[in-house]
Amino acid sequence: MAIFKDTGHLFRFAALFVVGTTSIFVLRAIVTPKSFGQYGHYRGAALKDLADRPVKYAGHQACEVCHTDIVTTKTAGKHAGVNCEACHGPLAKHADDPSNTPAKLDTAVLCVKCHAASAAKPKGFPQVQADDHSGGLACDTCHKPHDPAIAAGGAK
Amino acid sequence: MPGVEGFMYPNEVELQWSVLIVLYPFITGLVAGAFILASLERVFHVVTIKPTYRLALLTALSFMLVAPLPLQLHLGHPERSLEMYFTPHSSSAMAMFGFVYLWYLMAVLVTEIWLDYRKDIVEMYHKSTGLLKMIYWLMATGNLNISPRALELDDKIGYTITVIGIPSAFLLHGYVGFIFGSIKANPWWSSPLMPVVFIFSAMVSGVAAVMLLFMAVKKLRKEAIDIHCVDTIAKYLFYLFIVDFSLEMLDLIHRIYEADESFRSLDFMVHSRLFFSQIVLQICLGTLTPILLLGITQLFKIRAGIRKAIYTTSGLLTLMGIFAMRWNVVIGGQLFSKSFLGYTTYKMALVTKEGLLVAIALAILPFIFLTILVKLLPPFGENDAHHAPQPAIGD
Ligand code: HEC
Ligand code: HEC
Ligand code: HEC
Ligand code: HEC
Repeated sequence: MAIFKDTGHLFRFAALFVVGTTSIFVLRAIVTPKSFGQYGHYRGAALKDLADRPVKYAGHQACEVCHTDIVTTKTAGKHAGVNCEACHGPLAKHADDPSNTPAKLDTAVLCVKCHAASAAKPKGFPQVQADDHSGGLACDTCHKPHDPAIAAGGAK
Repeated sequence: MPGVEGFMYPNEVELQWSVLIVLYPFITGLVAGAFILASLERVFHVVTIKPTYRLALLTALSFMLVAPLPLQLHLGHPERSLEMYFTPHSSSAMAMFGFVYLWYLMAVLVTEIWLDYRKDIVEMYHKSTGLLKMIYWLMATGNLNISPRALELDDKIGYTITVIGIPSAFLLHGYVGFIFGSIKANPWWSSPLMPVVFIFSAMVSGVAAVMLLFMAVKKLRKEAIDIHCVDTIAKYLFYLFIVDFSLEMLDLIHRIYEADESFRSLDFMVHSRLFFSQIVLQICLGTLTPILLLGITQLFKIRAGIRKAIYTTSGLLTLMGIFAMRWNVVIGGQLFSKSFLGYTTYKMALVTKEGLLVAIALAILPFIFLTILVKLLPPFGENDAHHAPQPAIGD
């Protein structure tokens, strides 16, 4: 055909583009996860994947069942609002099976995570310059972790 | 905390965007710049720089092939990072990269190179044998028609592609600037001038790179350097650089005058952590020195040999300066806290996925591509055929 005589190569090139573009769509159809867009612009099955992950934290209520004494102490003290697992770490395994004893905590590391002085913290939050304040001693030499406030004059 | 001064939010201490993200705008900048230089010749018929036309296109292509790699490495998860490109969300400028990239790579660069080289490809097909013949056959899409009418058509379409290509090159690099400029949470980036500054610095770096490559390739082949051609490129480089510098200064003056709440913090950063990379490398060595050097060649009559030396020096300084500029944008934008109360440090890793070694490898890769492309598609036309029978020296 006359028109194709000198344009044939262009049509071939264009055909490559069509093939390329189509293959993108085909590839897209193949790689896009099935549940994509089910609820929104994400993979719907991701929700199930997340839900299936093992639970690591047991939650405050779980501890209350067995450690009533500590709960009582803690509720009376200044750490009432601090979750057990905020200090002891995730303990779902222990709550399921108490023989799985939690690791001992090192208060020299633990307490400063929250109480190290920093200009960015609210003024009212109790904070100390650890080196000056404890002189290198572990914090629980003087403070009871579950009831940390020291009544005027009375250390542990 | 080591490396941290004042107050940082915890998620700011470690930089998320590494040296690879510095490399990314640098590389796309070279692509856009090289292409725009090539288009100058094609669209505005600047005959003196014709010898660099094809080299510029091949340079653009080789860097373009490497451009997505830093991003890909940064994303990690090769098994699913591609999903970002396949299911882009219109609210994510990053996810649009695939389209901007593919458009520019295929519709502009590859098409233009193919149309321009078609005659050569067919001729080389006839000359070559074996595997190479197959490759050329494939490149010619199996159609060996190089009748005058067909070539004339190629030329017309090629011209159209170039005309479309110029805004596309602007788009590509404007887009990279846009990614930064549109981040309203970061005062170091958030500026509508960002895409414009990026485009001009892209042109500066691309033109400088092609100028250097042209001289280097000629030198390696022991051919005479067409000094008029280099003179013209250097002239463009000079003008572009002045525009680029003015824009950057405009941005700076605007920031100083506006002096919004971030200013003290950013100002402090420029005087401390970024002093070397911004003031010394980017502005003094990488911008003012080359502008001065190039200005001298414009004002005074200087011997060709010395001119070449000046062009080489200013070209290298320019590339370093533009790289420093990308560094200062990408890394600088992550060194200060959103609270404006603290600063962190960037510790470049060496052998990690986003470390220095990978960055160096990625910087070398385009030159490997370029070597292969130059072998397959000789950029200097007749010259090459002429030199072919001689023992190839350093080529
Ligand atoms: C089913 C009852 C039960 C539950 C629920 C439970 N514990 Fe325990 N926990 C125990 C028993 C029993 C021990 C003593 C184990 C031993 O001494 O070997 C213990 C020991 C501990 C210890 C270590 C005491 C030591 O001497 O070192 C800690 C800390 C602890 N529990 C914290 C928690 C926290 C926090 C929770 C809530 C997430 C929790 N437990 C939930 C029964 C329970
Ligand atoms: C402020 C941090 C903190 C919180 C909150 C906290 N603990 Fe403790 N707890 C400690 C420290 C520190 C120790 C002493 C070191 C150790 O035994 O690991 C300790 C010790 C214990 C022990 C060992 C027995 C003992 O009395 O010394 C148990 C059991 C225990 N905690 C349970 C709990 C439970 C249950 C809760 C929540 C109701 C809780 N803790 C909340 C810091 C905390
Ligand atoms: C997870 C964060 C956290 C950790 C870890 C923590 N605390 Fe506290 N602490 C608090 C909070 C919250 C309060 C209550 C502040 C308030 O009342 O506003 C508090 C209150 C206190 C107080 C009372 C200050 C006052 O007003 O009298 C002391 C003392 C104290 N903590 C010591 C400790 C010691 C010692 C440790 C280590 C065993 C520790 N804290 C670990 C969060 C923490
Ligand atoms: C040598 C004993 C001692 C040690 C060790 C010690 N403290 Fe105290 N701390 C005190 C006393 C006593 C007070 C009460 C001061 C007061 O109420 O005026 C206090 C008060 C505090 C307060 C309340 C400050 C306020 O502004 O209300 C915090 C928080 C605190 N300590 C944290 C720590 C931390 C964290 C450590 C470990 C790094 C630690 N302490 C170690 C004796 C100690």
